[in-house]
Amino acid sequence: MSMTSLLAFTPWPAVSAGILLIFLIVAMYLARNTAHQAIQAAAGVLARGLRLASHSVTHAHQRLGARNREVLLAAGREAKERIVEREFARVGDTVRKDLASYPDMHRRLSEAIVRIEEDQEKAVEVPPQAPGWGQAVKVIANLDVGNAGTAILSDIHKSMVKAHARAMDDYRKASSERHALLRRMMPDWRLIHETLGRVDKSVESVIERSLAIDHRMEEYEAIVRGEDRAVSVLSSSSIVYFFVSALVLAVATAGAAVNFTLIARPMAEMVGGTNFVGAFRTADIAALVIIMVEISMGLFLMESLRITSLFPVIGALSDKMRVRMMIITFAILLLMASVEAGLAYMREVLLQDELATSALLRGDGAGSMVNGYLWITTAAQMGMGFILPFALVFVAIPLETFVHSLRTVVGLTGIAILRVLALILRVLGNGCRHLGALAQRVYDLPLCVPLWIETRAAAATKQGTWNTRVSRETKPLQEAQS
Amino acid sequence: MKCRLLLLGAALAMQACAPSGPKNTGVYLLVDTSGSYNRQVNKAEQIILYALTRLQPADSIAVARIDTASFTEKNIIAKATFDDRPSTANKQKRAFAGLVDKFVEVSAPAPYTDITGGLLQAIEFLNEKHTARREILIFSDMKEDLAKGYVRDIPLDFTGFDVIALNVTKLRSDNFDPRQYLARLDEWRARVEKGGGHWRVINDLDRLDGLL
Repeated sequence: MSMTSLLAFTPWPAVSAGILLIFLIVAMYLARNTAHQAIQAAAGVLARGLRLASHSVTHAHQRLGARNREVLLAAGREAKERIVEREFARVGDTVRKDLASYPDMHRRLSEAIVRIEEDQEKAVEVPPQAPGWGQAVKVIANLDVGNAGTAILSDIHKSMVKAHARAMDDYRKASSERHALLRRMMPDWRLIHETLGRVDKSVESVIERSLAIDHRMEEYEAIVRGEDRAVSVLSSSSIVYFFVSALVLAVATAGAAVNFTLIARPMAEMVGGTNFVGAFRTADIAALVIIMVEISMGLFLMESLRITSLFPVIGALSDKMRVRMMIITFAILLLMASVEAGLAYMREVLLQDELATSALLRGDGAGSMVNGYLWITTAAQMGMGFILPFALVFVAIPLETFVHSLRTVVGLTGIAILRVLALILRVLGNGCRHLGALAQRVYDLPLCVPLWIETRAAAATKQGTWNTRVSRETKPLQEAQS
Repeated sequence: MKCRLLLLGAALAMQACAPSGPKNTGVYLLVDTSGSYNRQVNKAEQIILYALTRLQPADSIAVARIDTASFTEKNIIAKATFDDRPSTANKQKRAFAGLVDKFVEVSAPAPYTDITGGLLQAIEFLNEKHTARREILIFSDMKEDLAKGYVRDIPLDFTGFDVIALNVTKLRSDNFDPRQYLARLDEWRARVEKGGGHWRVINDLDRLDGLL
């Protein structure tokens, strides 16, 4: 039914429109309560649904947060255990080193002390005193023997001088011996001093290590207790590790790309340049496989060296097996590096051949000229071909860090997304409730006239009721007054 | 469900590993040696050498002359399908260039011009090679002049072929009436396109970037 036919039930379309409008308003007014309830119900359902979804997302966010916290704490605990273990190993090494030399050191110290004691005892011995002639001289001096006494005294004097000289000689000799003994003590003193110095250094080192262990243990205990601060520290560390390892991996990828460029062209000589597997050249795939195998060997080598721990099976192997694995992986790497160096050389040869052919076909004499410095690029390419596989071995370290930190970072990103989603859902839920109220007001907008009339009528009714009640209450009073 | 996923994965893997179709190019270059156009053979050599620089391992190329009777293998001056090893392909290119050089030295003018026969030979050669791209380069003034007794009024199937006319020189008669030249080109265009091919003319030999 078109609008023209709708407005044709009276000869005047404006009148028809007016009548229709009135009918519409009346219908809307009559259906007002039902419409309001419908709008309210629809908005309520939507709001409740969104709020429910928001709660659900919040729960998911909390669960993910708890899981992420557990992962972080477990990773942190493991890392700290490794650090503490390493510190203990270092302390053990220090102690073992010092204790291993302790019996020898003790023996040397004891010997030095015994020697010092002996020398000291020897140094204490006093040389014999000159014979005491004083009493004899006194007796002879009291004798009245004339000049004979003088001769005797003179002899005694001579003997005394002689004895004194001998005593002095003995004394000097004894002093010299004591000095020699004391001089001999010096190396022993020095030995004792040095040995004690070494002991002091070792003890200080052990104390330092023990302080570090204490510090690590405090951190470890905080992690075990699941303190928020520990989680926060671990979380920020994890993000830093993630970005740093991603950067290093990007650099390694660039290195792998250079490696690929070096060997892709000569690989065409080996597997053909026109075979395709899917949309990719077989030569390119072969070059890529070589690089991937090199990276895998690097991973296994790092695992065998226990530098990384991506594969627990390798870490759990016996030392003998690990050493064997180390040798095998290193041998394969060496072989592949040599192959790559050969391929890099071949690349240069092929390039020159191609340039020469192009120059010949173009009739360009300059193109076929031999470059005198060509050996530099050839050597550089060969060197890169040989070194890059070994450089790629170290990709294992950032890769491990990346894998470990990725879990946390993905968890944190998930938490952030869920939090934002929950907020959006909550806002939408509230928005729906308010939109419902707004829709009710908008519905009432065309009904302003009947609503106004209704309000007026209600007010009048209320006023009438009020007047009736007042007159009913005041009538007995007036009657009483009159 | 798991079984379906496995089957899907296997199908995808097989699809990925399946050998793809040919991606090589086949080029057949016809060199007109009739009458005065024989003087242009040196230019044709440049085109051939340019084509050789553009071709890759596993591509095919043949150079044939257009003379009185061109629908014969004897007219093929040199042909090669390059090895898929780049070094061997380079050697083949050098040998091919040598053969072309010898041809240029000894090329003698032919009394008639059988372009259609040459095209038939080109179609036959390239169809046998099963190359992905098929290009026929015609180095000629495109003026066919058949000897008595040669029937060439036959439909040609150019489906999947690019036919490129190179260095289409103007004849003396074209200078009197250029409509002859234009009509000649239009006639060949119509013939090629009717056969399902794609027609192109390149007269500026210094701008061969779009070629191959």
